[in-house]
Amino acid sequence: MTQTAEPHAASPAPTSQALDEVKIGGLGSSRTRVEDARFIRGRGNYVEDVTLPGMLHMEILRSPLAHARIRSIDTSAAWAIPGVKLVLTGEMAAQRNLAWMPTLSYDTQAVLATDKVRFQGQEVACVVADDPYIAKDACDAIVVDYEPLPPVVSPEQAVAPGAPLIRDDKAGQADNIAYQWEVGDKDGTDAAFARADVVSKLRLHYPRSHPSPIENCGAVADFNSATGKLTVYLTSQAPHIVRAAVALIAELPEHLIRIISPDVGGGFGNKVPVYPGYVCAILCSILTAKPVKWIEDNTGNLSSTGFGRDMYLDSEMALTSDGQILAVRYHATTDQGAFYADAQPTKFKIGLVHSSFACYDVPVGHITAQGMYTNKAPGGVAYRCSFRVTEAMFFQERMMQAAADDLGLDQAEFRRRNLVDDDQFPYRTPFGFLTDSGQYHKCLQIGLDAIGYDDFLVEQAEARKKGRLLGIGISTMTEPLGAGNSREYDILGIKMFDSAELRVHPTGKAVLKIGAQTQGQGHETTFAQIVTHELGIPALDIVVEHGDTDHTPFGMGTYASRSTPVAGAATAMVARKIRAKARKLAAHLLEVSEEDVEWELGRFYVRGAESRGVTIQECAMAAYSNMPDGMEPGLENNAYYDPPNLTWPFACYIATVEVDPETGVWDVLRFVAVDDCGVRINPMIVEGQIMGGLTEAYAMSNMQFQTYDVDGNLVGANYMDYLLPTAWETPGFELHEVVTPSPHHPIGAKGVGECAAVGGPAAYVNAVLNALRPTGVRNIDMPLLPDRVWHAAHTGDDVSGAPPFRTE
Amino acid sequence: MYPSRFRYEAPRSLDEALALLAEHGDEAKILAGGQSLVPMMKLRFAAPGVLVDINGIAGLGFHEETAGGGLRVGALCRHVDLEHSTVLPGAQPTMAAAAPLVADPIVRTRGTLVGSLCHADPQGDWASVMLALGGSVVAVSPRGRRTIPVGEFVVGTFQNALEHDEIVVEAVVPAAQGARAGSYLKLERRVGDFATAGVAMALESVGGQILRAGIALTGVGPATIAATEAAEALVGASLDPDVIDRAAELAAAAARPRTDHRGSADYKRHVVATFVRRMLTAERAPAGAAA
Ligand SMILES: Cc1cc2nc3c(=O)[nH]c(=O)nc-3n(C[C@H](O)[C@H](O)[C@H](O)COP(=O)(O)OP(=O)(O)OC[C@H]3O[C@@H](n4cnc5c(N)ncnc54)[C@H](O)[C@@H]3O)c2cc1C
Repeated sequence: MTQTAEPHAASPAPTSQALDEVKIGGLGSSRTRVEDARFIRGRGNYVEDVTLPGMLHMEILRSPLAHARIRSIDTSAAWAIPGVKLVLTGEMAAQRNLAWMPTLSYDTQAVLATDKVRFQGQEVACVVADDPYIAKDACDAIVVDYEPLPPVVSPEQAVAPGAPLIRDDKAGQADNIAYQWEVGDKDGTDAAFARADVVSKLRLHYPRSHPSPIENCGAVADFNSATGKLTVYLTSQAPHIVRAAVALIAELPEHLIRIISPDVGGGFGNKVPVYPGYVCAILCSILTAKPVKWIEDNTGNLSSTGFGRDMYLDSEMALTSDGQILAVRYHATTDQGAFYADAQPTKFKIGLVHSSFACYDVPVGHITAQGMYTNKAPGGVAYRCSFRVTEAMFFQERMMQAAADDLGLDQAEFRRRNLVDDDQFPYRTPFGFLTDSGQYHKCLQIGLDAIGYDDFLVEQAEARKKGRLLGIGISTMTEPLGAGNSREYDILGIKMFDSAELRVHPTGKAVLKIGAQTQGQGHETTFAQIVTHELGIPALDIVVEHGDTDHTPFGMGTYASRSTPVAGAATAMVARKIRAKARKLAAHLLEVSEEDVEWELGRFYVRGAESRGVTIQECAMAAYSNMPDGMEPGLENNAYYDPPNLTWPFACYIATVEVDPETGVWDVLRFVAVDDCGVRINPMIVEGQIMGGLTEAYAMSNMQFQTYDVDGNLVGANYMDYLLPTAWETPGFELHEVVTPSPHHPIGAKGVGECAAVGGPAAYVNAVLNALRPTGVRNIDMPLLPDRVWHAAHTGDDVSGAPPFRTE
Repeated sequence: MYPSRFRYEAPRSLDEALALLAEHGDEAKILAGGQSLVPMMKLRFAAPGVLVDINGIAGLGFHEETAGGGLRVGALCRHVDLEHSTVLPGAQPTMAAAAPLVADPIVRTRGTLVGSLCHADPQGDWASVMLALGGSVVAVSPRGRRTIPVGEFVVGTFQNALEHDEIVVEAVVPAAQGARAGSYLKLERRVGDFATAGVAMALESVGGQILRAGIALTGVGPATIAATEAAEALVGASLDPDVIDRAAELAAAAARPRTDHRGSADYKRHVVATFVRRMLTAERAPAGAAA
């Protein structure tokens, strides 16, 4: 990795030579992350670090059962413990109309259970006390009388005859179906299938997993009864949405609500929603008139907050015998848990699952989808992906491999025959998206060359003769990143644009305030680089602020890889507004007309007299000290950016593996990644994002999942059972790049934060199944645990991972 | 993760520690590395009224060879001490193989072998190793000192044979009959994971003749399992393929695994057999490919 030293912030002397953009930390500079100085030194400021005078502590009592009616809750022993200030039950919350709250998918979710508990880990009561130990003791002292009800732990059980009705709280809800949705052209698809030479079928389950950020959820709610102002420190990826949501849910005036997301220790989609714990902390602060801190523990986070995936695929692909895809159709079933709480654009009921097959030339397709209520934790958040895109691309790439096998065609060649060509853009996908740019074939070829595809096939054949199982798996995909545009994308009616505000001070130093929210992505580093690129102000002279709703412009937050595509674009646009004003100031200083002023990075000069110029810093000083008559003083502005389209990065991931036939253990031999995310602002950060995503992809394919047993007990509610890979297991990654700029983004960047987590899993899984190909196994559900692989290899049968989980 | 209220005592001597145990009876718990006890307390699965922290007692961190290939391991000898030991390589192949597979590097800096034996987790690695080696523990109490073979010490899931007022001061590996061979294989889903299945193998032989064999199994039953018949099948035999197969089958038959999220019972039995086969095949042809 190249490290670029940044000169300290001396104002560049006027010179006819343009500044070296990389040296001053602009586009293409791998400047080290400015955030890291405080994180590495332990000087970060997380919610847990916030301590306010008189602060009390809240703990939540959770349901041990998956499905039960609450007969009674006896809190008297809890109240009797010294130091207990408040014991809050659903009944008390109901008096404030807060026992239920809306979800981000227009459903309702219990804040504290009043009638029934609907999943293990559900919030039943909470206690506020002088310290968290007392609060926990008091939780243990609450006696809840439950009448157990039969639990539903899979979609199959949810629609079985006689299935218990989970959402009996909802008027008109007579079954366990949360939503139905469809997209595409059914008749056209049926017609194409009628013409097919070969129909390839595949069924699988993408298991439930959890974003599991290293920092759990938490809040410090501080309601000031004198001023009526509510300040909440909260671990949120989207503080502005939270403010709006709190205003609506708690019926508090929005101007008296201030949400502060301090440093956030990872989010991965988990920290987009509003959770019952936040609402409880706010209500408890109002009721006690004291600041109330709630810090969730690992089990609370894993068992009650937004999970990802848990989706079933039943698919068919219509093919010609020479390997052309004629049509695709599939039915996707989502297991939503007890409440339908996906964080996703309103219009789409199963996120952007219909972005699948966007990189292939598929004439027609049809997708149907259905969501089920079960007695499991609610969620369905976009775990490091743009709204269910991870499932979309995994389905796509598993279907591609199965189809290649069914055709007896080489998996690389099959992709080559169907990838969209460079000259087909803009390309309308069968489900209505418009892809705009890419070099798909080139990326695939770079990947194949890097892994040594042909040589590997020879090696694989040799190894097979000796009983060794080697496999190679490919995953190619383009995904839609950077919601909106606002025509199609909104959350709870609020359109998905984003914002930036730039203030250039008299000495040419600047503050950029954005509506996005970093959780580790490095916004404070890269967003400064965008300003540097536009204005030539060294990155070190720019500080980036975010996360405080009183002091940053409204934005939809950071998820779905949307920060650079949307807030990053807003940043470029506001910098251009600043530059336009600076140009007027430059003309004034240079005593020429604006038309005679030319721009080079960091400096305006007189056309034809290059040595006569003024720096951006000199313009900034002039904005406060020497502006022309009639000009408004100051050098500040803001921009709200509504993107014309999503951005469409492309990726080709190739894994080679060896499977131990005796134990089912598999090791990654090599992993090659070719990413085209357009213009790279900070190549080091981009590489970090890709490696992080490939690690999470490896985790999902190899070990990481949550499941439930027949009684609805969560397996994976702590980090002994919910496995995250360590540096030891994680394979090394070989990274390559292709750059096809986004045609509509102001600096040509595309989203990248999620590509590898989205496209990666299929590469690993395809590789293991490729190794097992001689056994005839078509599918093993993720994670490909050693016992599942062994079982499949020994029986030749597919292995399903759908719950309920089998125990003895 | 907030444990229940407890009192904390940090005795400076063994006598002080014993006095505290005598005073508080079954309210008290010894704290060694804390790598099993503290998580249990945070989850409130354990709620001892008094913690007796023995880390301040001098002279318990040792491990040392004894005559004839034996070993003594003090109560505060950490996993990491054994992992980086200069005493184990060559002399104690089973232990040397196991040490780097116990937990993860962070846990190994605190956790102790003796604590692991006392914890009696069926998925604990050291209990199998010590069982295969025919080891024992030395416990002291106001009544004196006694030696308990590991096979009698581990009495069930999370249950050991100690009285409330006893402290284990060391674990002991007896002298070997001839040259030691052996290994430890563990199938784990990830570093720091407990075993899906683990097998400890300890052989003592003179001139290629196996005089004593021990095989013990981790994670495939309600407690650590001694695969006695499998071990006996090796005594006096040479490691021919049919002997190896027979030992592998007997070891698998001794396992009593449950189907859970780590794998099916069948699978775990199969892994036990595979591991026995791999270790014995490696002993037969030391240059050959081990697992
Ligand atoms: C993340 C993680 C992963 C792990 N993975 C593994 C693994 O893969 N394999 C494995 O074997 N272990 C594993 N462990 C457990 C670890 O090895 C522990 O260190 C060990 O089980 C207990 O040793 P300790 O010194 O920490 O004991 P403590 O936790 O201090 O005590 C454990 C129990 O033994 C008692 N005790 C301790 N010392 C004495 C004594 N001298 N006399 C009487 N009673 C005593 C205590 O009272 C307590 O009941 C893991 C632990 C963690 C946290």
